[in-house]
Amino acid sequence: MSDLEFQNGDRVRVHTWYPPGHVRTPYFIRGCNGTVIGCAGVYENPEKLAYGQDAEHRPLYRVQFKQADVWQDYQGPEQDTLVVDIYEHWLEPDT
Amino acid sequence: MTIQRHHDMGGQDAGPVEPTEHDYALWEKKVDAIIRLLNKTDPQLLRVDEMRRGIEELGPGVYDDLNYYERWISSATNILIEKGVLNIDELGAKMAEVEARWQADRDTA
Repeated sequence: MSDLEFQNGDRVRVHTWYPPGHVRTPYFIRGCNGTVIGCAGVYENPEKLAYGQDAEHRPLYRVQFKQADVWQDYQGPEQDTLVVDIYEHWLEPDT
Repeated sequence: MTIQRHHDMGGQDAGPVEPTEHDYALWEKKVDAIIRLLNKTDPQLLRVDEMRRGIEELGPGVYDDLNYYERWISSATNILIEKGVLNIDELGAKMAEVEARWQADRDTA
């Protein structure tokens, strides 16, 4: 588990990509800013496996978001968070 | 252009969740067994990612009309047709045969 682009605590942004095809990054989380809280492992890229192709391994991060940053009209407590598993190639540093 | 695929509906208004307990029907257990077996073949005939992709590609109308295991078997069938494991004519003939047998059983019951 070397060669990880992101470490715990890193601020990241989910790509605002909307490609066709099989994608594991939920629509609602694209473009949101969050914090890496762990790596769930390194797995074969499901975007290729879904089409019966051989797939390279990609790190899957656990990324924490503030609910209020995800939902425009969020009514709950300010400290509420949401964790989404997101593959490395869907993340960029939040600068 | 943003494309939100039909299955990717997280966050949309869906009304209240009504939890209900239910047993699995025999055909649902069979679907589960078929999918597991297709996963275990060498080479693997059906990966879970392929099945998910096939479910996403069922299209909005079909996706909503089918229940959980109907989506599974519909997707698996389409993927096996794509891979040449199933022939459409053989499948069509077999489905007609099974339906006729089922109808005959009903008529004599």
